[in-house]
Amino acid sequence: MTYIGIIITYVFVSNLVLSQFLGLCPFIGVSKNTESAVGMGFAVTFVMSLATLITWALQHFILVPLNIVFLQTVTFILVIASLVQLVEMVVRKYSPPLYQALGIYLPLITTNCGVLGIALISVNESYGPMESFIAGLSAGIGFLIALLFMSGIRERLDTEKVPKHLKGTPIAFISGGLMALAFMAFDRALLTNLIGG
Amino acid sequence: MKGLFKGLLKENPIFVLALGLCPALAVSTTVNNALGMSAATLIVLIGSNLVISSLRKHIPDDIHIPAYIVIIAAFVTLVDMTMQAYFPALSKSLGIFIPLIVVNCIILGRAEAFASKNTIGASVIDAIAMGVGFTVGLTAIALVREVLGAGTITIFPDGGVIRIPGLADKPALVFAFPAGALIVVGFLQAFFRWLGEVTNK
Repeated sequence: MTYIGIIITYVFVSNLVLSQFLGLCPFIGVSKNTESAVGMGFAVTFVMSLATLITWALQHFILVPLNIVFLQTVTFILVIASLVQLVEMVVRKYSPPLYQALGIYLPLITTNCGVLGIALISVNESYGPMESFIAGLSAGIGFLIALLFMSGIRERLDTEKVPKHLKGTPIAFISGGLMALAFMAFDRALLTNLIGG
Repeated sequence: MKGLFKGLLKENPIFVLALGLCPALAVSTTVNNALGMSAATLIVLIGSNLVISSLRKHIPDDIHIPAYIVIIAAFVTLVDMTMQAYFPALSKSLGIFIPLIVVNCIILGRAEAFASKNTIGASVIDAIAMGVGFTVGLTAIALVREVLGAGTITIFPDGGVIRIPGLADKPALVFAFPAGALIVVGFLQAFFRWLGEVTNK
């Protein structure tokens, strides 16, 4: 698949949150206001692009040659957890303002199933290193877009009258569902027409 | 005994605690998938709670999260391989959501909140309660989605499919899609909240 194809696929067609159900916990948990949504979105994009690249290398230089692919889950999650820790330390040391903006979201990313999800998807689709990196990057951007839209909707919902039992997360889910409905317009057929397969 | 039922309604992991949502939504297209996923999660939950609570005095505080993740990942790998060997069809339809049980917040959440502080027996009971609550939640979502979205109830893929007359020919397809899943979860969450309030009175 071309790079453009991968970008469109993961940003719109198979949007991580709205069509693959990955990373729903932060999607609901951190979308209460726009500011934190943007912070979380960028932090996730950053970690995802690095994680897909590193897990690609791990898969092709260590797991496959040593014939220990069954350890994939354990190694990938460990690499992601330590990557998140490393990114947190590096950012804190070299860019305090960036750390202030992203800091509190970084530890939460380990348990964001989107990161492990896109790493596993890239391996399953047998992407090359560059393709994996772009897949991770665009999946992160897709996550950022979904989170940003959701936070905009939720900020407006705060001032609306909502039935008592639907307040909070239930109404967020229903709005998320309607948003996913809109995203269904981006489908495989559209992709094929745009870039010819 | 009381602890065993808390997962059903009062602390239902999916509807009240809002934990473990990603797999819950993704695999709830058929009842059969939901039951398979629940069984996998239940086994991992019991195993990891058991091991973590028995090691709770030996795991240093500084590295407890990575240690828990490795324990959980080991159980997930075990379940993943067993499923591939004995239930290949189920394993295929659950796809990457089996390895993703590792990052299911319900498991790490219970390890952190309960198993790291309680005895082995209490932790196993907590795991069963949470696992059963997860099963109920997941099956409820799958039941609504499959009945409305396909007009069938798949208990076993071969011969265990119940067709609902009228709906099976003209299902409301949107419920089979992600959009429908999110909407169903929203309404079910509201329903469980209402149910919790009514039963508390």
